[in-house]
Amino acid sequence: MTDVANDGMRAKTAAVAKKGAASQARHLDERLGLAGGVRWLLNYIFPDHWSFMLGEIALYSFIILIITGVYLSLFFVDSGKEIIYHGSYLPLRGVKMTEAYQSTIDISFNVRAGLVMRQMHHWAAIIFIGAIGIHMCRVFFTGAFRRPREINWTIGLTLMLLAVANGFFGYSLPDDLLSGTGLRIAYSVFESIPIIGTWIVYWLFGGAFPGDNLFERMLVIHMFVLPLLILGLLTAHLVIIMRQHHTQFPGKGATETNVVGTPMWPGYAAKSGGYFFMTFAVTAALAGVAQINPIWLYGPYDPYKVTTFAQPDWYIGWLEGSLRLMPNWETHLPGHMIPNAFFPGILLPGLIFNVLYAYPFIESYLTGDKTPHNLLDRPRDRPARAGFGAGMLTFFFILLIAGSDDLISVFLDTPLQLVVWVLRVLLFVAPVIVGLVTYEMCRELSKVPDGGKRKRANIIVRTADGAYHSVPSEPHPADEHHELLPAPVGEADLPVLVGAAMTPGRGGPPLTAPSGTVGSTAPSGIPGVSTVTRDTPPAPRPQRGLLPGFGLRRNRRPGNGSGGNGAGGGGGTGS
Amino acid sequence: MTEHATPVADTDGFPEHMEIATANPGRAITVIAVSFLLSIAATFVLGWIYTQGGNPAIEGMMLAVVFGGIGFGMAAWGKWLMPKGPFVEEREVLTTEENQEKFAKTFTRGQVAIEGRRSVLLKLLLAAMGTMTAILLFPIRSLTGKNPDKVLYQYGSGWKAGSQLVTDEGKPVHSDDLEVGGVLTVFPPDSGDMAMDQTLLIRAAAAPLPFNPSATPGGYVAYSKVCTHAGCPVGQYQAQFGKLLCPCHGSTFDVLHGADVVFGPAPRPLALLPLMVDDNGYLRAQRGYDEPLGPGFWSRGGVR
Repeated sequence: MTDVANDGMRAKTAAVAKKGAASQARHLDERLGLAGGVRWLLNYIFPDHWSFMLGEIALYSFIILIITGVYLSLFFVDSGKEIIYHGSYLPLRGVKMTEAYQSTIDISFNVRAGLVMRQMHHWAAIIFIGAIGIHMCRVFFTGAFRRPREINWTIGLTLMLLAVANGFFGYSLPDDLLSGTGLRIAYSVFESIPIIGTWIVYWLFGGAFPGDNLFERMLVIHMFVLPLLILGLLTAHLVIIMRQHHTQFPGKGATETNVVGTPMWPGYAAKSGGYFFMTFAVTAALAGVAQINPIWLYGPYDPYKVTTFAQPDWYIGWLEGSLRLMPNWETHLPGHMIPNAFFPGILLPGLIFNVLYAYPFIESYLTGDKTPHNLLDRPRDRPARAGFGAGMLTFFFILLIAGSDDLISVFLDTPLQLVVWVLRVLLFVAPVIVGLVTYEMCRELSKVPDGGKRKRANIIVRTADGAYHSVPSEPHPADEHHELLPAPVGEADLPVLVGAAMTPGRGGPPLTAPSGTVGSTAPSGIPGVSTVTRDTPPAPRPQRGLLPGFGLRRNRRPGNGSGGNGAGGGGGTGS
Repeated sequence: MTEHATPVADTDGFPEHMEIATANPGRAITVIAVSFLLSIAATFVLGWIYTQGGNPAIEGMMLAVVFGGIGFGMAAWGKWLMPKGPFVEEREVLTTEENQEKFAKTFTRGQVAIEGRRSVLLKLLLAAMGTMTAILLFPIRSLTGKNPDKVLYQYGSGWKAGSQLVTDEGKPVHSDDLEVGGVLTVFPPDSGDMAMDQTLLIRAAAAPLPFNPSATPGGYVAYSKVCTHAGCPVGQYQAQFGKLLCPCHGSTFDVLHGADVVFGPAPRPLALLPLMVDDNGYLRAQRGYDEPLGPGFWSRGGVR
């Protein structure tokens, strides 16, 4: 009904249509008083960066989950009652199963469009949690969780936990052999909690495993309780984002006090709306061609049937791995016991998520940085944070691999015990190594001014008398933001040799970059040389942190910024 | 369309007419139109497939084209044909000191209501709410009719002295039924809790096993099938090594030595069900299990 004027119509038609749109807006405003709020919303500016799409994927897959989930709920039977199957899927005829399992088989084979909906639902769940995870990594490594956004970090983390829990409940509902085994493990893990564990599982399951009212209760939790919580927190998450406005990367005129990007209306609405449909399209394509959770192959759950190679969905896999790597310790107290599963299944994830919840406050304590931030860090500029994050991800990754240790053992034709022992060692060694390597790489990278940008090509020209000259090529029009500044080797960039007398004059006048000199003196290798220089003490860092590594490591080129205190600096700016 | 010498600012300060990102709007319109048309075409295919009985693969692909066509068209429209920007907006200040001061004052407006002796009222209100919350938690007890700490000790209590070993179909197990190396899941007759009563009968040898000859007649040995780690059914028997493996977390038990844990996270051996052969050659339990089965729990003190 609106947004014309840009699509190539004649000016006259545009004017007419615009009038129509405007009159509709007036019509609504007179009845609802929208003008102030909605205009604010339409003018809301979204900074442009591809990584800001990750949260949107999560949001959109949640919508897909609701739509497909409603369809599935019309056919699913939440009953643990046992029946004998006489349906259309021949291999299972005459097999004893619950009505929950039977209805899932029916959805897959007898309900038209049922299988594609079921598979879309499952894929969307996997994409939902995956997108949340990657979105969280983006927020973590770029420091988007810093003041004033600590609250939204904790809300986001809670959303992730709720999403994982709901994924697990949904995965358990069909009552197939694989998910039933997973439920049995979950039961034992929660039963292992000291003092209240046995009560918790009895409250949830209604009694000893498998319990009397399990499917009815799981369905209420899966369809009502958790989605409602997710919806509420999601709304809070988005409202807080709108209130605080998005963060943005420095550059292209972005400062701590402005937002540079595309307004909601019409550009962003069109792009993001299109993105919603594209997320839907990818999910549908996966559902069409990539089979997922073929429960008819696993068979119905029977507590005494044995599964082999049982892997849960990936977001639970790291907990499975944690259970598998745990040595067989159990704590005995007088008259009481803390079972083995408590330590890897409850204590470890509990500790990890507490650290994650507290991380914004921990980092702010370590760096002493209490100022609000709207500009993001490049990960390399915060080596300690990047190292910690990389180490944490490695830890999760090893646990995830360990969740498939039996498959690795078969694949590598290696005894399971060896695989487990290697993974046990790696679990503690690999994160440290990865963390330190990341830390060191980030430190080195952050010393290189404008590291990661492209160098302008030099064209070697041979003259008629055989002499060679190098001439810098023309800049590519689209490359402006990615290119190194064509600067000669300056005083400040010369290597330090010995003694204070040779230390480059950092306080001297800023270098200008006369482009004509590029290529004739020392066209390449400047960053390499300057790496050495950066070992000299740079301009004083703004933080007074306890751990220097957590502070900002970025050293800006003297001619390019405002000295050591860059635009994303830890202190001073933005308050 | 794009050539406006002096951009006119609208009410919000955005220029009214702006450059768009593509130099060739005509082509962009064609591409976007084709994208939308593809989506419409796929809708018809999708509808036709559905009426023909459906096919998950084609449905998925057609849905992808339907959504993808709309999605690509919209995104391209936004990217190529709408004002390119970049737009700059000053951030709203979240709060000012003046505002904060006023907010604090507004908030403390209620102070007068709880000053002096009136503070008792506040304390009483909090107390009432606290007790209300406590009493509202009571119905949680309705979620289960049992006290777990009493029930858990009865796990596996389907097994009594002299219980016959039967299969899941109720067929009694004879001492000739298994070859050496054979396994069978057995239950007590009319088991009310097959999840916890499940027991793995293994013929580990042709003669009673040395570690406990009186409980293993004819080389038959029976262990609880519920793993002491996380409750999975322990069912992978490797006859040549005499080892029993849990498929869930890889715990390995030594069948020939009382199911001692050889490897993996299981903290305790599987419980042994002592066997005997009755006069007709059928297998029976000498007595029931003498310990709670399965994974540990808080009130289960000590080792066996």
